[in-house]
Amino acid sequence: MADFVMPTLGADMTEGTLVQWKKQAGDRVTKGEIIAEVDTEKAAIEVESHTTGTIERLLTQPGDKVPVGTVMAVIREDGQPTTAPIHEAARRAAVTTPVHRVEVAPVSPPQTGRLRISPAARKLAAERGLDPAHLQGTGPDGAITLEDIERAGAITEVTKPGGVADRQARMRQTIAAAMARSKREIPHYYLSTTIDMGRAVTWLKQANEARPMTERLLYGVLLIKAVALALRRVPEFNALWKDGAAVRSEGIHIGAAISLRQGGLVAPALHDADQLSLSDLMKTFQDLVKRARAGSLRSSEMSDPTITVTSLGEQGVEIVFGVIYPPQVALVGFGKLVERPWVTNGQVVPRPVVMVSLSADHRASDGHRGGVFLAEIDRLLQEPHIL
Amino acid sequence: MSNTEALNNTRNLVLRLLNDIAPEADLTSLRPDLSFRDQLDLDSMDFLNFVVALHKEFQIEIPESDYPQYMTLNGCLAQLSAPRS
Repeated sequence: MADFVMPTLGADMTEGTLVQWKKQAGDRVTKGEIIAEVDTEKAAIEVESHTTGTIERLLTQPGDKVPVGTVMAVIREDGQPTTAPIHEAARRAAVTTPVHRVEVAPVSPPQTGRLRISPAARKLAAERGLDPAHLQGTGPDGAITLEDIERAGAITEVTKPGGVADRQARMRQTIAAAMARSKREIPHYYLSTTIDMGRAVTWLKQANEARPMTERLLYGVLLIKAVALALRRVPEFNALWKDGAAVRSEGIHIGAAISLRQGGLVAPALHDADQLSLSDLMKTFQDLVKRARAGSLRSSEMSDPTITVTSLGEQGVEIVFGVIYPPQVALVGFGKLVERPWVTNGQVVPRPVVMVSLSADHRASDGHRGGVFLAEIDRLLQEPHIL
Repeated sequence: MSNTEALNNTRNLVLRLLNDIAPEADLTSLRPDLSFRDQLDLDSMDFLNFVVALHKEFQIEIPESDYPQYMTLNGCLAQLSAPRS
């Protein structure tokens, strides 16, 4: 048996609210598949399964707010007997953990056979993100009507605590907690250098001329890729601080800082950014920004970043002095791309340049290695064709 | 359809595409001669999505070098109303 627990989706997340199950008892689930939607202080997150098997039982009800680590469901992994006793921790958790409960109407088990539902109701269900198979129909012969969808949508809505303003306030608190912890615990040091972006900008312009409109690259993607590749040479910055030591991460998962339109920010992971082509990285980044702003990020994206990259140049900022997101040990910030006088071969010429900064945890690395990291980013951006 | 009507239609369509990208923005107070980026707080990803939406909606190819001409409402209308070769 494998326990499906309330995951930790950020540095200071202590509890989360189950919004809805995407699977029911008896359903098959594969590793990486979305199993539940969880509401955190920051956003509604789609939580993925860590294992492949069949859902034995669900222990948490939609609307329950439970601490991180609470067993929410038990999954029978492939090859295990069906009648294993309920895990003791799960039983305890199921009894004691709900600290907040919003009453929701019972939802019928999934029906078998053909579902009776009108096309209009099916369409509305899709818009609301509801699975009609899990709804109780009140129409003729149990058919699911538009009203059933409306009602189910309303139930889902009440399980989400508060509206936009409430979420903004909670997000502010979460950011405050994480940043206060960072400044309290992490001895930051800061380094900065100016990078000549002439070659990268020219290369990108030519590359985009040859690409159809829908496949053009953003300049920011070059920066992310350069950081990801540079980390291969200085892996101590691609690490998490755990129990008094820096633990190097296996994959290079860049947390891309994304500002949200209603205020606040998230920095979800671009998984294995060093291994993606620029085109794939661009597509992944576009999708990530879209979902971050729509509030539909996945649990692995929230929990996996191994370093953060922030680009504040959009609004004219020339240099970033970043605060590390714990338990990460480094943050790379890029300022605005500006044209400046630059001396090359004894001549003063106008060049597009960018100020890159590194905020790093002095417990995990020293300034010398930080300098090597920034120099490697610079070197890679002078050879944009290899990115 | 008169020229004024055609222009109004184009204008409404451009505003709808902007609204898709910045749903919370108040488009009624948009100054047509000033950049969207500053007024609507669009970043480069938003702007790229906007020109791609124009491309799909109006079936036009916009070279990257022309992007600056689409940064204001007036600029968009001038570009989209111009006779195409």
